[in-house]
Amino acid sequence: MLARLASARTGGLGALIVVLALAPLAFTNNYHYEIAILVALNAVTCVGLNLLIGYAGQISLGHAGFFGLGAYGSAILTARYGWPPLAALVAATAGTALLAYVVGRPILRLKGHYLAMATLGMGIIISIILVTEERFTGGPDGMAVPPFSVAGVALAGERAWYAACAVMLLAAVWLALNLIDSPAGRALRALHGAEIGAQVSGVDAARAKLAVFVLSAVFASVAGSVAAHYAGFITPAKAGFFHSIELVTMVVFGGMASTFGAVAGAAALTLLPQLLTVFKEYEMVMMGAVMMGTMIFMPKGLVPTLAARFGNGRRT
Amino acid sequence: MLKGLAVAASALAFAAGAAFAQEPIRIGSFLAVTGPAAFLGDPEQKTLELYVEKLNAAGGVLGRKIQLTVYDSAGDAEKARAFAKRLIEQDKVDVIVGGSTTGETMAVVPLVEQAGIPFISLAGAVVIVEPVKKWVFKTPHSDRQACERIFVDMKARGLTKIALISGAGGFDKSMRAQCMQVAKNHGIEIVADESYGAGDTDMTAQLTKIRSAPGVQAVLNCGFGQGPAIVTKNYRQLGITLPLYQSHGVASKEFIKLAGGAAEGIRLPAAAILAPETLPDGDPQKKVLLAYKREFEGRFKQDVSTFGGHAYDGLMLAVEAIRRAGSTNKEAVRSALESIRGFVGIDGIFNFSPTDHVGLDVSGLRIFEVRNGNWTVVK
Amino acid sequence: MSAEFLQFLLAGLTAGAIYALVALGFTIIYNASHVINFAQGEFVMIGGMATVSLAAAGLPLPAAIAAAVLAAAAVGLALEKFAVEPARGAPVVTLIIITIGASILLRGLATLVWDKKIHALKPFSGDAPIRIGGATLAPQSLWVLGVTLVIVLVLAWFFNRTLLGKALLATSHNRLAAQLVGINVRRVLLVSFGLSAALGAIAGILTAPITFTSWDVGIMLGLKGFAAAILGGLGSGPGAIVGGLALGIVEAMGAGYVSSAYKDAIAFVVLLAVLFFLPGGLLGRGGAERV
Repeated sequence: MLARLASARTGGLGALIVVLALAPLAFTNNYHYEIAILVALNAVTCVGLNLLIGYAGQISLGHAGFFGLGAYGSAILTARYGWPPLAALVAATAGTALLAYVVGRPILRLKGHYLAMATLGMGIIISIILVTEERFTGGPDGMAVPPFSVAGVALAGERAWYAACAVMLLAAVWLALNLIDSPAGRALRALHGAEIGAQVSGVDAARAKLAVFVLSAVFASVAGSVAAHYAGFITPAKAGFFHSIELVTMVVFGGMASTFGAVAGAAALTLLPQLLTVFKEYEMVMMGAVMMGTMIFMPKGLVPTLAARFGNGRRT
Repeated sequence: MLKGLAVAASALAFAAGAAFAQEPIRIGSFLAVTGPAAFLGDPEQKTLELYVEKLNAAGGVLGRKIQLTVYDSAGDAEKARAFAKRLIEQDKVDVIVGGSTTGETMAVVPLVEQAGIPFISLAGAVVIVEPVKKWVFKTPHSDRQACERIFVDMKARGLTKIALISGAGGFDKSMRAQCMQVAKNHGIEIVADESYGAGDTDMTAQLTKIRSAPGVQAVLNCGFGQGPAIVTKNYRQLGITLPLYQSHGVASKEFIKLAGGAAEGIRLPAAAILAPETLPDGDPQKKVLLAYKREFEGRFKQDVSTFGGHAYDGLMLAVEAIRRAGSTNKEAVRSALESIRGFVGIDGIFNFSPTDHVGLDVSGLRIFEVRNGNWTVVK
Repeated sequence: MSAEFLQFLLAGLTAGAIYALVALGFTIIYNASHVINFAQGEFVMIGGMATVSLAAAGLPLPAAIAAAVLAAAAVGLALEKFAVEPARGAPVVTLIIITIGASILLRGLATLVWDKKIHALKPFSGDAPIRIGGATLAPQSLWVLGVTLVIVLVLAWFFNRTLLGKALLATSHNRLAAQLVGINVRRVLLVSFGLSAALGAIAGILTAPITFTSWDVGIMLGLKGFAAAILGGLGSGPGAIVGGLALGIVEAMGAGYVSSAYKDAIAFVVLLAVLFFLPGGLLGRGGAERV
């Protein structure tokens, strides 16, 4: 029993719970809460993206598109059609999942850089549509989003939002960890290692890849919907190319094939721009230098490198 | 002993008073210093820093120094929100003067309304002040006013069927929407509507379609950045002779440098800072404009622009409001802002009121035309 | 109707030639190292900006151009030496992030070394438009198309007739075999980066009179160059050219005949459609997958 408690999965999850619970003690104002909430939302998206990139070995340079679809889906349904936010969130997520399913089947037949380009193209098409259809989306300047409320009770105040997002993050991490350790997850990892070998062993490669693609899109969509309600505002930039690159960078930076790595990467790269403001006009240079330096010296990413250094070879 | 106590007490009071007077006035700003809107944020930041320095050198405001905090939001609405929150919660600023683009401004509006802090935006779209929000003000003319000024000029020249061409940015799309909305009020009919993307290098396809639109008499390009310069060059390359109007977004000498000879004859609406020397001597704005131009160009060795002027107005209005309020109490400053009348700024003469948080009327916008490679005021 | 079509075609070819040059840069680096260099667009930017500032400092245009191309090549070499080589053996995604970091770094340096404004170069041979059958072409476009053609021919000669070029080709086919026959693979990599950087810089200089240049002009061009390289088939030189021209033409036709607001979306939809039927791009080698 104790052995199970000390296993990497529950240990890591436990540590995360402790960190999330204690972090507010270090917050002295709402700005700190805001950053923490942004980290949590980015982390949820990255945990999903990591399943796709790190475990299934498929790259996606257009994931911000799903984030944006979830955000705009919620925004449009609640602001323009008066839907209750929870229903809008479910509908937006379902819509995004459906799109991912339809688009995923042909796209996932591609490999390597061709797949990267196809996902990139998909993301760009989504963001162009969001920018151009102003009547619904408010165009490039974005649109306002009503607050999130369930049964008439609005979620307001930084502490309440922080709690909600922390719970969301824990759920996402728990889900991802469970998936990875399940037969489906093992099939995924086999795919990553050697696709033909896995197929020969009976893994339905196409179905497995599609399932992960859709699942990671769902993570991104939910995070997007919540982010839109939290900020009270959404712009098409959130669905754009730069955000997609940011997400991939977070996953790689923190460590692919590591769920906690995805969380760490999200935290690091959300905090980094805030910390780099001290450099004023050198901010961009420092950002590029940090990205390059960490990737050159820690090519496997933050968490796996640290784990290898300080751990004892147990896999997450 | 009593005398000693009295001396000590007055020394303490004096020290306390002096200590209180040292408390700086904190002005916060988030600007698009890098990113696609950098040519907005860059002169804005330079202007703010230059004039805060000058104000402090002259003794500050209400005997207190001004402390300016500027963050680079790079044109990103989420970054703008995070930095605005940082300014409000962590840096505890008294007033915010910033928001280079409409997207960034609108993302911050819920924050400042909730926190109750005066916010003077430097962005253009009319939605910022319509409907009027208690704590939100803005300095530049709205894009709707720019459209109206253009349409008035077009009507006067007998041009009633026009084509629109605009870029993909927020400024472009917002101005295009406003122009389409108010066109009918001025008897203008829009017969073609094309657009180009950010970073596009050739607009001949769109202009070719416009040229063959039925009855088209003039073309209006809603955009800023390099797009309009490319449109202008393509326009001349295709040999289109119809009058071409640009937006106030390219009201700068830079535009003429980029478009070169192709810019000859182009008209646009702009604040008079574009060519203050060509104003008549009795013009109420002339002195302020020439002074700003001299200071900015002398310090930074680059041409003055209307965008820097928005920042100048924002800062000076904030300072004026603080002076009138006699403190940095946020509600007092806000009411003081609303009471400002006849304030001569770069963008025009401001007359704020509880229902008008932009305070400018169309008269501050003049029509300029490129003649012999220079901007000349036409009306 | 046909004058319009011709105008769209000319516009598409001009833009397409630039995409082709950028795509060639991607292809050469990819062939040598299997890295997608997301900083390729910044070489375009460096070419343009360096030329503008050197010309403004008084250098005659040809000297400024030569110096700018050399500067860009030097940056390419530095990129390979300090960013790609130390990360040899890292997963492909890591290398992508490194080059993305490099592009951010280069853009940041550009704002410090130069500025954030938009700059123009004088057209090489004037502005007077050339009339061709009812359509017009800017003289600079002829320069773009002409120089691109010359470069393609020179590269063909280089890769097929010179020892160094053949060494590059050999490395791209099979790195181990190339090493075994004594090719200095490390030098090959350096040369590829330098060459790609020079190509990008030339593209930037050619278009600066038409499209202007600024610190962030590399972002969209890099993206479209990458798309063109994929469209034509990654790793194929002719593919890069075909992909670039095709992308430019599809964009122009999309803008002219369908919807100018959606032209980029149309181009990407076409790209996705091509990939759906030809997963290796138009001219791509359908590589055999090793089990």
